[in-house]
Amino acid sequence: MAGGQERILRRRISSIEATKKITRAMELIAASRIVKAQGRVQAAKPYSEKVTDVITNLAGGGAGVDHPLLTSPEEVSRVAYVVIAADRGLCGGYNNNVLRAVERAIAADKSQGRDYALVLSGKKAAGYFSFRGYEVHAAYEGFSDQPNYSDAKTMAETVAELFENGEVQQVQLAYTRFLSMGSQEVAVEQFMPLEPTEIGADVAEDTDGGGYEFEPEPAEILGRLLPRYAEARLYAALLESSASEHAARQRAMKAATDNAEDLKINLTRIMNRARQDSITTEIMEIVSGAEAMGQDDDDGLEDFITQSLEGSFATLASDRNDA
Amino acid sequence: MQVELVSPEAVLFSGECSQVVTRTVDGDIAFLDNHAPFIGALDIGQTQLWADDGVVSLAINGGFVEVSGNAVTILSDAALAAQDIDVADAQSDLQAAEQALAADSDDAEAAATKKWAETRIQVSEAG
Repeated sequence: MAGGQERILRRRISSIEATKKITRAMELIAASRIVKAQGRVQAAKPYSEKVTDVITNLAGGGAGVDHPLLTSPEEVSRVAYVVIAADRGLCGGYNNNVLRAVERAIAADKSQGRDYALVLSGKKAAGYFSFRGYEVHAAYEGFSDQPNYSDAKTMAETVAELFENGEVQQVQLAYTRFLSMGSQEVAVEQFMPLEPTEIGADVAEDTDGGGYEFEPEPAEILGRLLPRYAEARLYAALLESSASEHAARQRAMKAATDNAEDLKINLTRIMNRARQDSITTEIMEIVSGAEAMGQDDDDGLEDFITQSLEGSFATLASDRNDA
Repeated sequence: MQVELVSPEAVLFSGECSQVVTRTVDGDIAFLDNHAPFIGALDIGQTQLWADDGVVSLAINGGFVEVSGNAVTILSDAALAAQDIDVADAQSDLQAAEQALAADSDDAEAAATKKWAETRIQVSEAG
């Protein structure tokens, strides 16, 4: 019966409306969080810049570059991947882009006979790799929205332990770089050993140290400072990833809201047509029924048509009000 | 001289100071204007900044200090200003650490916790 179809359509429209409200709300929340996340990225910059400055000055002071974090091993047989993804989905390709990049890198390592170790941040990363049967060394979750420095510290300690014990000879950091509101890109970068050029530690060692006094010895300060540098770098990656996550979610939710709107317009059109069809059919039935009866009784015909049509119009009017 | 106190999450202090006293792993050190270039690793301890509008006291849980070109930069993982210190929290940390030390006097972690708790109490009393 045509009326049944109309009811189904009306139910679908109202469910789409409800979904649209939710996606719209998520879009607005994500938009406001991007701004905060960007603020945190900016706030973390002075620290890592200063740490880099101090390392450069230390290297100039003859601290030497033989710290384990700076020494490249001769042969790499196992690579650790630090993967930063989100705790939640509904953010377009954000998670998958990072996870696939890492999977490709692991496959490339395997073809060179290298093993892997995974240190994961975010529920989605843990789910992805454990479902596919990868061995996960450590997984952290609960802070992808709003990472703290202490979260970065815990992760960096796990990674540094792996590296300093010699279990892995290289550490790669996979995260999503936040370029602008409209563009983010996946980056897989070498995390350990630290590149001497990158932290300015390749400065000639025979300078007089810029006249610096050191307390304690430069080498000892460097030993304390390098882990901080690694933490600061991981923290920056966590922050950028969280800003990217919010940006990706905002875009995905905006697309979902727009789709819901289109779907609603289409379905409303189909529903109206179905309603008109059912009314037309009803009138046709009445008229043809009346004509059939009218062949033997003309007086009854007029009364019957009037009554039936009034009934029909009443239904029509109430349908309109409902819509 | 220009002083900046920077933690990974924010710049905690930035401004002119006449004197800075902090504690490196080798002992307390004070910086006045035009101090010679210096890099040091900080211990757990109290840091005092003589700013224009009074002395600012902070509890610092390790970090680094760099002095160059009449500017002092203090980098710290964890720094707390006197008004941000939760004394009750510090007291309970202190008690827990003392108990741990009573059981094992070589527990380096408990010793550090104790020192950090004592520093926080001291700074909050001074501030």
